[in-house]
Amino acid sequence: MRLNVPTMSEMMAKGETPEILFWVGCAGSFDDRAKKITKALVKILNHCKVSFAVLGTEESCTGDPAKRAGNEFTFQMQAMMNIQVLDGYDVKRIVTGCPHCFNTLKNEYPELGGKYEVIHHTQLIQDLINTGKLGLEGSQTYKGKKITFHDPCYLGRANDVYEAPRALIEKLDAELVEMKRCKTNGLCCGAGGAQMFKEAEKGNKEINIERTEDALESKAEIIATGCPFCNTMMTDGIKNFNKENDIQVLDVAELIANAAEL
Amino acid sequence: MLSIVVFISLFVFSTGLFLLNANKIRKNIRLGRDVNRSDKPLTRLKTMVLVALGQKKMFTRPIAAFLHLALYVAFVITQIELLEIIADGITGKHRMFYFSLGDFYVFMVSFIEILSVLAFVATVAFLWRRNMLSLPRFNKAELLGWPKKDANLILIMELVLIVFILTMNGTDEVLYNRGGSHVAYAKGSFGFSISAWLGPLVFDSFNVETLRVFERIGWWGHISMVFLFLNYLPYSKHLHVLLAFPTTYFSNLQAKGKFSHMKSVENEVKLMLDPNAIPPESDAPPGRFGAKDVADLTWKNLLDAYSCTECGRCTDVCPANNTGKLLSPRKIMMDTRDRMVEVGELKKGVVDNKSLLGDYITPEELWACTSCNACVEACPINIDPLAIIIDLRRNLVMEESAMPSELAGMLTNIENNGAPWQFSQSDRLNWAKEE
Repeated sequence: MRLNVPTMSEMMAKGETPEILFWVGCAGSFDDRAKKITKALVKILNHCKVSFAVLGTEESCTGDPAKRAGNEFTFQMQAMMNIQVLDGYDVKRIVTGCPHCFNTLKNEYPELGGKYEVIHHTQLIQDLINTGKLGLEGSQTYKGKKITFHDPCYLGRANDVYEAPRALIEKLDAELVEMKRCKTNGLCCGAGGAQMFKEAEKGNKEINIERTEDALESKAEIIATGCPFCNTMMTDGIKNFNKENDIQVLDVAELIANAAEL
Repeated sequence: MLSIVVFISLFVFSTGLFLLNANKIRKNIRLGRDVNRSDKPLTRLKTMVLVALGQKKMFTRPIAAFLHLALYVAFVITQIELLEIIADGITGKHRMFYFSLGDFYVFMVSFIEILSVLAFVATVAFLWRRNMLSLPRFNKAELLGWPKKDANLILIMELVLIVFILTMNGTDEVLYNRGGSHVAYAKGSFGFSISAWLGPLVFDSFNVETLRVFERIGWWGHISMVFLFLNYLPYSKHLHVLLAFPTTYFSNLQAKGKFSHMKSVENEVKLMLDPNAIPPESDAPPGRFGAKDVADLTWKNLLDAYSCTECGRCTDVCPANNTGKLLSPRKIMMDTRDRMVEVGELKKGVVDNKSLLGDYITPEELWACTSCNACVEACPINIDPLAIIIDLRRNLVMEESAMPSELAGMLTNIENNGAPWQFSQSDRLNWAKEE
């Protein structure tokens, strides 16, 4: 299926305004694994005929990793430039494919004048299902499969979104199994706070290995996440245990797109 | 008469000393920068009632929570009896409330006695847990030495306190039996729930004179322990019994993922992006970016540090600490408090050549943090170690340019091509054309 990905500038040229901006994020734009998540989400948006657009080459890093790393200058430079672009297109609603972009746009941009309604893609998909735009009835793809959800810190504890991704997994007619540390007690994958971009400090174990052990213990066949960085960390963890043939790591958007056979 | 003089002197001295130390603490907390935590008073009140008074977050670990609750309720309710002891001490009378309150008095003391026994059991359990069970969080590096002694000392003081009050009531019950009590001249019993049977069991072989001496030892011992405890608080992690209330009231009410906004940076960035922008006049020139020492932190960070009771729930859930890294959120709070006390003791105008960052907390600890907020979530009184970690990181990065080299590269990438990796911004939409 060919993806229909309109950009804001194209829409503007046609005199149209999309209902929602899809903020793809750096991982979703450049990382080979995360690009698949981006495409899965676009398939869902196309299928449900959601009026959306992306910024395309006008999108730039939100500044999240700079802020977490302690460089407020770089963060604010990025934020102010992005706000100019967003306000230039009169953006009101944003959906992100990444909890880090989600958190930064939602919580940290308002102080600099960027005030938007920001939702995570799991929340948007939940809304599409609830309003009947997306149906998964009778889907056999994940029926009865054991799926666990790894809470991304910036979605869960940081923004108290715990239910949307779980509600989606339940729509798959799958068996949602929880890891011993989940929801508010969820263990980080190890990527947050700009750790993704550096070697871990000296210790006796990698955090993603510790988290993968939790996932293996849950006996899940699929580890679902809602964050491209968690996805990388968990995928690496599974490889470390040579379990890549037994356990898949998938984003909730991918699960839904697969189940709806998009 | 002499006893009244001794009591009043003791009372005035210990309350005065406590107020003196409390004022020191207040001054130390005010070393910090200002931060506005006066919005939404109703939400704040609700948070305080639920989290501090109701101990909501304690119950994620139910056994410890129930033991702690026993101690806490006993501590709070015993304050009623303490009022009587103070009234007795000032007037030289005995059990002043007995005649005016009648049956309710017996009920109240009985209730306090039951709580005291529960508290005794809880305290013994806590001592056992701390010293016999090798729970990792009670044996981390930052707890060795004084903090461990501090914790045990508090528990032992609590045991002594309870023994004194049961001695007082127990001997009084036996005296009552023999018609020798200070308050009741007929033979009988007060009917106190515990000491009505425990008293005779322990003190029955004593004669009236000895009983009277022991009753006084119980009374003086109890009130002396209270005064001692009051003045031990300012030097101890146990300050949380008071400070948990303001700490939870002034909790961060915003999304945990939101890092504080730096207004000082905003002004500079605006000037960089638009040379014609006019810098705001009223804003004071930025002092220092991020925090190097305690005075660069906010007063709330410093209040948090004094309120921390070193329970270690934060460290127990920290992914970095769990995987053997140097970072321990509890140590961040303890270091902040210790440095604050050190700064507070410096004479006016004197500066030592030390700082929180470097002399207490090392960059290695700070760089191990994933900013996952598990520590903030776990804290039973909403302390926020992450806010301190980030402010210290900011100082490393913005003042010292000291950061892991990969992060320097990541930041350069963001500045040059709008992504943390070396990809060109013009390739951002390539994914849409790929199959």
